[in-house]
Amino acid sequence: MTLIDLANPTKFLSLTGRILPWLAGATAILLLIGLYQAAMAPDDYQQGATVKIMFIHVPNAWLSMFVWGVMSLAALGTLVWRHPLADVAAKAAAPIGAAFTFLALVTGSLWGRPMWGTYWQWDARLTSVLILFLMYLGLIALWRAVDDPSRAARAAAILTLVGALNLPIIKFSVDWWNTLHQPASVLRMGGSTLDRAFLIPLLVMAVGFSLLFVTLHLAAMRNEILRRRVRSLQIMQASQQAA
Amino acid sequence: MTALAVLIRRDIRIALRVGGGALIGVLFFLTVTVLMPFALGPDLALLTRLGPSILWLGALLASLLTLDRLFTSDHEDGSLDLIVMGRTPLELACAAKALAHWLAAGLPLIIATPVLGLMLNLDATATSAVALTLLVGTPALTFIGMIGAALAVTLHRGGLLLAVLVLPLSIPVLIFGVAASQAAISGPLPFGTPFSILCAISLVSFVIGPFAAAASLRHGLD
Repeated sequence: MTLIDLANPTKFLSLTGRILPWLAGATAILLLIGLYQAAMAPDDYQQGATVKIMFIHVPNAWLSMFVWGVMSLAALGTLVWRHPLADVAAKAAAPIGAAFTFLALVTGSLWGRPMWGTYWQWDARLTSVLILFLMYLGLIALWRAVDDPSRAARAAAILTLVGALNLPIIKFSVDWWNTLHQPASVLRMGGSTLDRAFLIPLLVMAVGFSLLFVTLHLAAMRNEILRRRVRSLQIMQASQQAA
Repeated sequence: MTALAVLIRRDIRIALRVGGGALIGVLFFLTVTVLMPFALGPDLALLTRLGPSILWLGALLASLLTLDRLFTSDHEDGSLDLIVMGRTPLELACAAKALAHWLAAGLPLIIATPVLGLMLNLDATATSAVALTLLVGTPALTFIGMIGAALAVTLHRGGLLLAVLVLPLSIPVLIFGVAASQAAISGPLPFGTPFSILCAISLVSFVIGPFAAAASLRHGLD
């Protein structure tokens, strides 16, 4: 089974139909374990119980960037290999990525209120995530502005790749502009600064959320394929009635 | 080379003629700048402090406004198809079109800057800093915006979609343009640091813009 075999939507539908229940089950189990561990984790000596927002906030923030990466790969698939499912993958990923980004912003804002004393700060990280959110919304607007899916797919693929090139530049420039958010503390040179009591639940939650993304993404891709079939059947029916 | 020169000359001539609309951008720039004191109040000290930001925002919006002229009229009369099918590499042709567009619509903004700076109570240093950063920054706005213009023309959707797609991408230009102007006026940072980053962003956009625009024209037109 290679990637090219999946180009047949029927094969893709039957394969994903078989693995989706397992994926959904694994996601539910991991998220339950992660939430339990997060609830059992000790309070922070400075932040108290609010530190537990981290277990939701950080995986969402990671996924907000990861989903753009997935969409960039799908964009390459559309433009370079013309893989027939690549544009379905790209289209299905955009709203999910926007949702993760939105959740990262909302949980961050709720965490910021008790810690920084304000819901919103024009701080570098917050601002660059907000810009990422705006770019997701622009991409969704592009998908929705065009009725021919293959034409929209190529335009969206180019915009996704330009965005992938531009996001590091935007991130750098916003960092330069203003900074208050703490620097990265899990993945950094010289090991994590996070205590093990926090690190393990966080990693479990991160894997759980990643599986959640895969599950939602595959389900959304199936919906998109079926939606396109319904659409072409309707067009066929309408043209038969006209004839 | 001559093909590109001809393309540039043709685009400039069309833009400056009746119906070309290159100078509407300057008029818009002037109007936005005149509106600002009505919103902020006629306090000259405040206008001095905000002047560089107002000029940069006005120039950003003005160059966005004229962007959809970059490909639309050529698409309507069919010459865009000739350019796409022609022997000149499409990337170079796109770069030439963007250069012509900047010469016709971007350069007038910079020429207008000293007059508008006078109205916002900017002194000579501040005005020349803003004009210099605009001179380096507006080509980046044109070349990044060209991607959005190419997408919009292949989708037959202009206007708001173009603005929504292009504005987030132009944030770095705005940040470093304003930062360099402020550094030249009040410090404490040396002018050179943000200014050279602005130059770098412009150079990067010269590469990304034509390639992305050419790819979207090639994939999108049929």
